[in-house]
Amino acid sequence: MTTSSPERPRTDTTATATGKPRRSPSFALTAGLLAALLLCCLLSAGLGAYSIPLGDVLGSVQHRLGLGGAALDRVGESVLWNVRLPRVALALLVGASLGCAGALMQGVFGNPLAEPGVIGISSGAAVGAVASIALGLNFFGNWTVTVCAFAAGLATVLLVYALSRSGGRTEVVTLILTGIAVNAFAGALIGLFVFFADNAQISQITFWQLGSLAQATWPKVLAVLPCAVLGLLVAPFYARKLDLLALGERSARHLGVDVERLRIVLVLVVALLTAAAVAVAGIISFVGLLVPHLLRMANGPGHRFLIPGSALGGALVLVVGDLAARTVADPAELPLGVLTALFGSPFFFWLLRRTRRKQGGWA
Amino acid sequence: MKPLKNPFRVRVRRLLPAPLSPGSPVAEARGLRVRLGQRPVLDSIDLTARAGEVLALVGPNGAGKSTLLAALAADLPAEQGEVRIDGRPVTDWSPAELALRRAVLPQSAALSFPFPVAEVVRMGRAPWAGTERADEDDPAVASAMAATEVTEFAERPFSALSGGERARVALARVLAQRAPLLLLDEPTAALDLRHQELVLRICRERAAAGDAIVVVLHDLGLAAAYADRAAVLHGGRIAVVGPPAGVFTGELLGEVYRQPVEVFPHPRTGAPLVVPTRGA
Repeated sequence: MTTSSPERPRTDTTATATGKPRRSPSFALTAGLLAALLLCCLLSAGLGAYSIPLGDVLGSVQHRLGLGGAALDRVGESVLWNVRLPRVALALLVGASLGCAGALMQGVFGNPLAEPGVIGISSGAAVGAVASIALGLNFFGNWTVTVCAFAAGLATVLLVYALSRSGGRTEVVTLILTGIAVNAFAGALIGLFVFFADNAQISQITFWQLGSLAQATWPKVLAVLPCAVLGLLVAPFYARKLDLLALGERSARHLGVDVERLRIVLVLVVALLTAAAVAVAGIISFVGLLVPHLLRMANGPGHRFLIPGSALGGALVLVVGDLAARTVADPAELPLGVLTALFGSPFFFWLLRRTRRKQGGWA
Repeated sequence: MKPLKNPFRVRVRRLLPAPLSPGSPVAEARGLRVRLGQRPVLDSIDLTARAGEVLALVGPNGAGKSTLLAALAADLPAEQGEVRIDGRPVTDWSPAELALRRAVLPQSAALSFPFPVAEVVRMGRAPWAGTERADEDDPAVASAMAATEVTEFAERPFSALSGGERARVALARVLAQRAPLLLLDEPTAALDLRHQELVLRICRERAAAGDAIVVVLHDLGLAAAYADRAAVLHGGRIAVVGPPAGVFTGELLGEVYRQPVEVFPHPRTGAPLVVPTRGA
């Protein structure tokens, strides 16, 4: 995805006050992220218990696209196309959704600590998904879990938004405490569903809570594709307005932003993206926190790069994370959510400390 | 790198503000009453901001100065009466159209993310995106930064600035917006002597260029020296409005501020000086 703001076409040049155009590093960063992402996708498709050389992966992909190349043997073809590639595709979708949702949420709340996992949106969406599994709901076929995750996720975003705002701003303490309360309540609901579920359902639900891409199949990819793609396509169009929202709601309105509408649209988009991720992969936390932060340090807080950049970065982190989850404890497989939390929580802790120091106490 | 033409770019049909002749009303409040929660904060306000004029709002704490400014900015709904900007009730304008007509400097400048100063000032140009006046972006940003003396820290993040520097950057953003109505809420509060004078000189220049300026001030001396007219607010009503030399009398100010004051003309310029009566 490249930035295409509807209002200002210039993305890579920012004129400085002196009038000299300055090339921002966003172009190089985007190219670097894309290259790394492509490489890691190929690696992830090739590495594992049944190892496929990189050249053969490319050959098989070429073959399927009708561009020459050669098919692998029967086992290889099946491993690559039925196991590895849907998993890579799912990692891309889930990672991009989580990274983008994190960047959007931080912009909407005007708070760098907002993240779907931390403030409970992911748990909320998981309640919807778990409920649909435990109650054996099937009204939308393949899409049932996604739809339920979306509905519950949306309700949770609205709840958190209403609870954590006072006087037009969100304070860190209120936001985190709201997150604790929402996470606890969602945990209790999930516990209730587990209590009433049968054994098959319980193992399915447990998988959710750990967060993993191990059950990736093409139908699952299709089940979240519309949600994720819609969210990812809509988000960049609001980049410019999110920049203005950093000035505060009143000032954003003075600059012509319809703040109410912006907020509703973006809350919907965040719910869509989070639901897409949670519906197939369970709760994978901290990706939406870590990625936008690193990108902000590298390239400043402008949302025209940050939103698509976070989608790319999130996809990269999840592809790499999933590769690691599959391979480091070979032949066993680590749950991906556990892995991201293992690296994400210390980072979150550091961020909390830094925020506190900067603002001179809690604000 | 040449900016690419964006295929999705939509030319928004927005009514651009027409130039105003000096003295014509830019913003008007008629019989305005505003309530905050249960408390009536403003009542029976009649006030006109005219093109080419600096109008100062003064009065004690809690008199309703900031509320009146917010009502003129269309932030607060009128319970009774109406506010008109550029001849139309504010409720008839879309947020985007209002942003072409009035710029507002809030009392405190906050920023959630550490944008560099130049980008913060450039945010003031957002309302003009997609209009023919978007070409003015670069000169508007550069001249606003030069006028407020913030050019030297253009590349520094906003969060690394001192309170006074932030206030000037916020003012630069508002000036870059180039709206015909400027609403400034205590623009001098965080500033040193030199920059207080600088800000009010900028107000005068903008007024001379044909804009209407409404500015909330605590310093009566500044109001007397720079405003064409001053409105003294008292308990949510306008006690008196007129040229400072006429309305700043010891009797009125003493009653409004509940503090006896002495008013005497400056020996050289003749502008009224307001000094609290102090023991010898």
